Amino acid sequence: MNSIRIPILKVGNVLIASIQVALHDASAVQFKDDLLEKIHTTKSRAVIIDLTAIDVVDSFIGRMIADIAAMSGLMGARVVLTGLQPAVAITLVELGLELPNVLTALNLEKGLELMQKQEQLAQEDESGYDTF
Amino acid sequence: MTPSKAAVIRSDLDIVIARTLARDTAKSIGFGAIDQARIATAVSELARNIFLYAGTGSVTVREIEKLGRRGIEIVCEDQGPGIADLSLAMQDGYTTSRGMGMGLPGAKRLMDEFTINTEVGVGTMIVCRKWRS
Repeated sequence: MNSIRIPILKVGNVLIASIQVALHDASAVQFKDDLLEKIHTTKSRAVIIDLTAIDVVDSFIGRMIADIAAMSGLMGARVVLTGLQPAVAITLVELGLELPNVLTALNLEKGLELMQKQEQLAQEDESGYDTF
Repeated sequence: MTPSKAAVIRSDLDIVIARTLARDTAKSIGFGAIDQARIATAVSELARNIFLYAGTGSVTVREIEKLGRRGIEIVCEDQGPGIADLSLAMQDGYTTSRGMGMGLPGAKRLMDEFTINTEVGVGTMIVCRKWRS
């Protein structure tokens, strides 16, 4: 089956993926695999997933986002979700999916700021390792 | 009775088609953006259940009216295995597949009315409605 590939851009140490189309299950799984591979090959420490254009996040896509955040964390990269529409945020919580371990920011710009701040903090830490 | 529109569920692509149909219908009835998202998400959950558990089935969407109030009715039907323990299936976090176990209880929370008829070995029919406020 043809799955839609989500482009993943690298800007400095940050990967940015903007999801512009309604994801069906196979393309969501493809996206997860592509993103983890890209974290590995680029040694990126931060990932921004922008959902501005997404109007439905159901439990499958929600679980995929939670999985991506957990798996990226294991590889040493932080994930921040940006641009969640009000209707999507309301529906996610009503559905019972609150994504408690996923960082979020209002929009792409704020997401980048958040990542840069975290990167500075990590660099100030002499050990060079992330502190949790 | 207003004409209904149906989406056949055979693959994960059809889940997106069904929820787009539900959203478009909800929009034409005059539901706001948040209710449109609730309705589309509920249909996404129910259509995925059809795909995961029964393989094939259908989602039918139509406009309804009662006492001057407009609403949307969604009927999800399959001839799949049926649900053996309905009270268990309606519990948050219970799943027999790769889902998160919030499909049925989640869809119920997002809609105003929600009824399930299911028989093991025969199939499942879910009727849910949402009314415009």
